[in-house]
Parts: sequence; structure tokens; C-alpha cells
Amino acid sequence: MISTAPKPSEVIVPPQRHYLNAGYGVKSWLLTTDHKRIGLLYLASITLFFFLGGAFATIIRLELATPAGDLVSSENYNKFFTMHGVVMIFFFLIPSVPAVLGNFLIPLMIGAKDVAFPRLNLLSWYVYNIGAIITLYAIIAGGVDTGWTFYAPLSTTYSNTNVMATGVGIFITGFSSILTGLNFIVTIHTLRAPGLTWLKMPLFLWAHYATSLIQVLGTPVIAITILLLAFERAVHVGIFDPALGGDPVLFQHLFWFYSHPAVYIMILPSMGIVSEIVATFVRKNIFGYKFIAFSSIAIAVFGFLVWGHHMFVSSQSVYAGMVFSFLSMAVAIPSAVKVFNWTATLYKSSVSYQTPMLYAFGFIGLFTIGGLTGLFLAALGFDVHVHDTYFVVAHFHYIMVGGAIMGYLGGLHYWWPKISGRMYPEGWAKLGVLTIFVGFNLTFFPQFLLGYMGMPRRYHAYSEEFQVLNVMSSAGASILAVGYLLPMIYLIWSMRYGPVASANPWPSTGLEWRTSSPPPPENFEKTPVVTWHAYEFKPRDQAEIVGEF
Amino acid sequence: MSEHIVPIKIYLSIWLTLMVLTGVTIWVAYYDLKQFSVIVALSIAVFKALLVVLYFMHVRYSSRLTKVIIAAGVFWLIILIALTFSDYWTRNWQAAF
Amino acid sequence: MAESHAATVEGSGPSTTALAHHFEDMEQQREAGTLGMWVFLITEIMFFGGMFLAYTLYRSKYPDEFARGSRELSILLGGINTVVLIGSSLTMAMAVHSAQTGNRKKLIGFLAVTLLLGLTFLGIKAVEYTEKFEHHHFPGVNFKLGEHSETASQVAQKPDGAAAQPQAQKPVLDSKRVQLFFWIYFAMTGMHALHMIIGAGALSFLIYYSRKGRYTPEYYAPVELTGLYWHFVDIVWIFLFPLLYLLGLHE
Repeated sequence: MISTAPKPSEVIVPPQRHYLNAGYGVKSWLLTTDHKRIGLLYLASITLFFFLGGAFATIIRLELATPAGDLVSSENYNKFFTMHGVVMIFFFLIPSVPAVLGNFLIPLMIGAKDVAFPRLNLLSWYVYNIGAIITLYAIIAGGVDTGWTFYAPLSTTYSNTNVMATGVGIFITGFSSILTGLNFIVTIHTLRAPGLTWLKMPLFLWAHYATSLIQVLGTPVIAITILLLAFERAVHVGIFDPALGGDPVLFQHLFWFYSHPAVYIMILPSMGIVSEIVATFVRKNIFGYKFIAFSSIAIAVFGFLVWGHHMFVSSQSVYAGMVFSFLSMAVAIPSAVKVFNWTATLYKSSVSYQTPMLYAFGFIGLFTIGGLTGLFLAALGFDVHVHDTYFVVAHFHYIMVGGAIMGYLGGLHYWWPKISGRMYPEGWAKLGVLTIFVGFNLTFFPQFLLGYMGMPRRYHAYSEEFQVLNVMSSAGASILAVGYLLPMIYLIWSMRYGPVASANPWPSTGLEWRTSSPPPPENFEKTPVVTWHAYEFKPRDQAEIVGEF
Repeated sequence: MSEHIVPIKIYLSIWLTLMVLTGVTIWVAYYDLKQFSVIVALSIAVFKALLVVLYFMHVRYSSRLTKVIIAAGVFWLIILIALTFSDYWTRNWQAAF
Repeated sequence: MAESHAATVEGSGPSTTALAHHFEDMEQQREAGTLGMWVFLITEIMFFGGMFLAYTLYRSKYPDEFARGSRELSILLGGINTVVLIGSSLTMAMAVHSAQTGNRKKLIGFLAVTLLLGLTFLGIKAVEYTEKFEHHHFPGVNFKLGEHSETASQVAQKPDGAAAQPQAQKPVLDSKRVQLFFWIYFAMTGMHALHMIIGAGALSFLIYYSRKGRYTPEYYAPVELTGLYWHFVDIVWIFLFPLLYLLGLHE
């Protein structure tokens, strides 16, 4: 087993007192206002939901291994893909990076003792769990079959499944997302350490700031939409069902006004992670810092202008479709700015191929494929052809799984020494990232072809000519499942048996690396004064890091 | 730097203006102004809201950041309404080519 | 942003009890609180924004039916409520002023008047709602329009139209669309009233703690933040009143 254990000469002594041993017992965790512990609480919750969502995906892929609908009934299949989407999007992807790594790292990165509103932060975790439990109830009570999009009037009038409970669960969980975003915006504005100006901030912070803007501006709209939907379902009075005089397309407008930007809630934080990892493992100042920073904000703003590209075939006016199509192309610019800047950073550099960097490579490649196929879909004419086919499914999985989850796992590995105080086993981790990469591509690349050939999504049976590609996809999914189980096992293992990590194992320049691993409860012994730029690296042969405080 | 203290006189005159404007908006509603009634009613409402925001909520004396945040909120509301209506307003357009 | 170093963190002073451990000083804490409140109010704008969008859409689609529904609302009660709410905004602003100048008696007094005006608003709203339910104006299977109202027949008549039989012209208005108006009315005013109730709760807390003397000219953030919230709720009503009550008089 390869490991990044320190050289024998330097024995690393773990800190006497840190946030993990600051208190034991259930109460010290459940009533904590320490942002680091809340990050770990979120980690536990979302991991549970990740594997629940994964279980639904497993059933979907098993069913699709054969052309006949022979494993589950069509009604149950509807429920499984709906619950897969609901669980993965609202209970894993949206909270994933911000609530776990953002919570843990933002105060550390800005040299603060905590987020601006620690009690609201804890409240957000409870709110998340209340919503999660209600949704779990809905799942156990028989599930929901409307698709994660809850289109009216199916959801308001015709579906006989637990739409109400699921809606209430998502509505409540939305507030945890709002609270997190609000907290981060205020924290980044008011709690930065002396000397840490906006343009010295790590790009992770810029990405989270942009994410928080979306959470704050978008989530309330889905909240009121779900509320109106729930009332309409409960008392059969409302504004979406055409039988009541309403307009179902209004629901789609309101829904996608949030749910398209929500994609950027999922991907932007991972982009922030990749910026950190790339700079650290090539030990170079990142190329085009300002461009990457402002492209995050640009993505957050442009992301709100494109939602109509989900509605090209919904009876939306073609003229609006043209506007939305054009604006969707515009989002590609800031996204491409990021990809170009990362690759420019890599140019003529010497890369350390450690696990986080491998995840970052995976992200850059897969996100680029996902992003470019997104451009296909943004083109009005092409979208009409592949709308609601597996091409769309493959596209957004390249963004959400190949992009967001790759970034999330990369970040988890990168900051694992800081979180746990231990190194993860490098050999196993490399095996993990390789398994995930292979499994992922085998799962989702065939779906591009399937979609292009015309296989529609959301059906449990399909024509026989699609079987070969579907079997490939299902086989890839089982490899992917193993790839996701690996990190869970060895990361838990490393908490106890991994080699003790130094304060700055990579080494990197960020403030979070200038306190012990794991950090003390108050993060820093004295308030740091930042005099260096976020990615000011000394040449590789000089081990020390720039700037002292 | 502590919070700016607004003189009571300003509060009272703002209140008086708001009351007068409420009267005006009711009074003008009894006249048939066709499509302008919406514009007049909304203009008065926006003006009233501005007075409340600027004086009762102290935004006139607040940091630029506060002003930017409010502007962002209003801007995003306009995005929501304007882009949705870019659909509904153009539904019945005939192709010109 | 913290300009000063961490020297004052554990320091003593009259205001340290109100200073949370993770802030450097009171100024930073106040700034964070105000900023947080404003960001929250932005989420509120978007929350109500969804309903304003629905209102705008259906009003532009069904102007006649919306005008018809609008005429069922009482301008008198709505107008009184507008006056009450603007008055409560004034007293709330005065309460913040009293907190800033350290006048505890006036602070409690103004908070109490604000609460009273808020409850008056809710009381009048309850009267309006009761009336609507009694007249079967709540949308649903029991929805009925017109019997009690003299204006019912005027609706269908165009100003320049011939004096047609009002009864015969009634079906021109789609009852479902009038129901849409009432549904939006109930959704928007109901959500507004819910915010008023939450505001009244916050005011009660403020009164309780100001009686205990918690607020000083150095620390009055809760009063200030509740004030911001209260004014916001007032602003929502400033838009709701003309849009729901007034715009239907002539269509």
C-alpha cells in the first residue's frame, strides 16, 4: 500500500486538543454549533441518502438489463426513477459540497472562528433531517411516481402516490439550503481575517459565494411553487391544473426557475474544489485567477436566464425558445473559461498524481463532455430530436455524477487529513478513483448513443436493438457501485488506522492548512493576518510555504 | 461607526406622505384610466415602497452592500417575471418569414 | 470585515454579554446581523415573487374575471388595513429610534402599539375572510358568485353595449377564472397574514426582553432586525392592496 506518510525522520505528533476530542457523547454532537462538527453531521446524513439513491439506481439498471419489463412493474419503475431523482438531487447533490466541505472549510479558509450564525447552521441540519425523514416516510409509505419534476397536473390531480409528503419534505429541506446559503454569504462578507481581501480569497470561496447566491435567490421560488402545488392537491383549488382554469406551463416556469440554477448549486462548489486541487498539485499560481473567480459569479447570474431550455417542447412560445436557446449558449462561456484556465495551469507544469488530482482530472474531462453535450441540448432544433431521451439522461449525469460527485470525492480526499487528522490509504484511493472513472464512463457513455438512437427515458421496457448498450450501461453501473463503496470503507478505516497527518501534508497555501490537523475548536490559536495571495507557491524544491502570520 | 439615527420629523413626514399616497391611490382607482390604471397604481405602490425602504428601513443611510443586495433581489424578481412573459407574450406571434 | 486584531475577543466591557464568541466586536456582529436580515428579505421577495408572477399572468389572461372578483373585495376594509399597517410601520420605526436613543419606556410603548396595530390588521383580515367564506367566495365546489352583490350584473355589460339581459350575459364570465382570482387572493393575503403572525410573535418577544432591559443603544440588533422584517411585510401589503382591491374597478 502506497501512502503519503511522512518521512521517517519527522514524527508527526497529533494535536493534544482538537475539535474531535473537544467533547464526547451524543449531546456534544447533536447540540454543537461548531461548523466543523456540523459539517460532519451533514456528511453522515447525505452519505445515507447517497446510498439510498444509489440503491434506487441499482434497481433501475437491473430492470434495464433486459428489454422486457420483467423485474418491476411499470408503476413501480415510475416510483423508482422518481425517488432516485428526488433523493439524489434534493437530499444529496444540493447539500453535498456546500453543507459538508463548505461548512467545514469556509470559516477555516477565511480565518474565522465559525460561520456568522452558528445556531442557524445547526438549525439547517435539523431542518434538513426533518425534511429527509418526511421524504423517507413518503418512500416507505409507497413512494411517489411523478418524476422528480412534479409536473402539474399529474402531480396535482392524477397521481395516486405520496406526492404530498414528498413535496412537504422537499419544501422543508429547501429551508436548510437557504439557511446554509445565507450563512455563507454573511460569513464571507463579514468574517474574513485581516488582510484577506476578496481578490486574495481561495477560489473555493468564490465558488461557494456564487452557489449561495443561487440558493438564496432560487430556493424561495421552488418553496412557494411546492406550497401552491400542495394546496392544489389537497383542496383541489389552484392555479396549475387546466381543469381548474390554470396553466400547467406556469408550473414548469416556476419549477425550472429554481431547478435549472440548482444544477449550478451542484456543480459550482465542485468547480471550486477543482481549482484548489489543481493549484496545489501542480504547485503553481492558478492561471487567470480573476477569470475563474468572476466566472463563478457569471455562472450564478446566467444560470437564472436559461431555464426555458427545459421547456422547448412544452408549448412554450418558439420565440421565447430562441431567446432561451441563445442565453443557454452564453452559460458555456464562463464554464469554458474555467476549463481553459485549469488546463492552462496544467500546461508545462509537473503534476503530482495523487488521488485528489486524479479526481480533478476526472472532473475536468467529464464536465467538459457534459457541458458540451449541454450545448447540443441548448440548441433548439437538436433538443426537439433528443428531448426526453437517454441523451439528456447521459448529459446531466456527466455533469452531476462525472462533475459534481467527482469534485465532491476529490475534495473529500484532499481535505480528509484536515477533517480526520489521518491520511487515507493512497493505493486504495487510486484504485477507487480509477474504478469510478471506468465505471462511470461505461455506465453513461452508452446512454448518449441510446438517446441519439431514440430510446426514451423513464420507460421500464425498450426495443431489443437497444439491449447491448443497456447491458454495457448496467455493467458499468455495478463497477461504479463498487467504486463508491471503496472510499466509504477505506475512509472510515483510515479514521482509526490511517497514518497521522501533518498540519499541511500536500503542502498547500490556504489558511486551513496553517492550523493543526484536525483543527482546534476555535480554528486558530490567534487570528491570522493574511499577507499572501491564495496560490502563492514557492518552487517545488523549497518546502516551506509563503507567508507567516 | 454606529447606526445613523433618523430624526423623528423625517419619520412623521414619511408617514404623512404614505397616508396621502394611500388616499390618492384609492381616489384614482375610481376613475377609468383604461390600461393606465395599472401603471398609476403600481407607480404609486413602488414610490411608497421606496419611501419605506429608504427611510423606515434606513437604506438611505446604509452601506452600498445593502443597496446592492436589495437591487439584486428586485432584479431577480424582474428576471422571473420578464423571462416568463417572454414566453406568454410571444405565444401568438405569427412567423414573419 | 474585521479591521482590528483579535485583542478584544476575551476582553471585558459592558457589551461583552451580548457579543457572541466568534465575532471580534459589536460592530462586526451588528453588521453580520443586518446583512443576514437583508439576505433573508431577498428570499422573501422571491417567495412572494412566485405568487406575484402567477397574479400577473392570470390577470393579463383573464382581465374581466379578475376585475369581477376584485369588486367583491371591500375597499373600505382593505383601505383601513392599509392605514393600520402603515401606522404600525411608523410606530415600529419609532421603536427602533427609541432603542437607539436608549429610551426604554418609549421603546416598550412603541413596540406595544405596533403589536396592537398588527393584531388589528389581523382582526380585520379575519372579518374579511369570514365574509368571503359566508358568501361562498372561497374557491372550490361551493364557490358561488353574485347573488348578494348588486354589481354582479354590471360586469357583463360593456359600457357601450346594449342593455342586454344581465342574466343572459352572465355566462360570459368563466367561474373557474374568477375562482383563480380568489385563490390568488387567498394565497397571497394568507401568506402575508402568516408573516404578520410571525412578526407579532417576534414583537411579543421584543416587548418581553425590553421590559427586562436587555436592549441598550449599544445592543439593539433584535429590535432593528424585527423592524426590517415588519417594514418588509408592510411593503408587501402596499403592493397587494392596489393589485387585489383597486385595479378591478374599471375593466
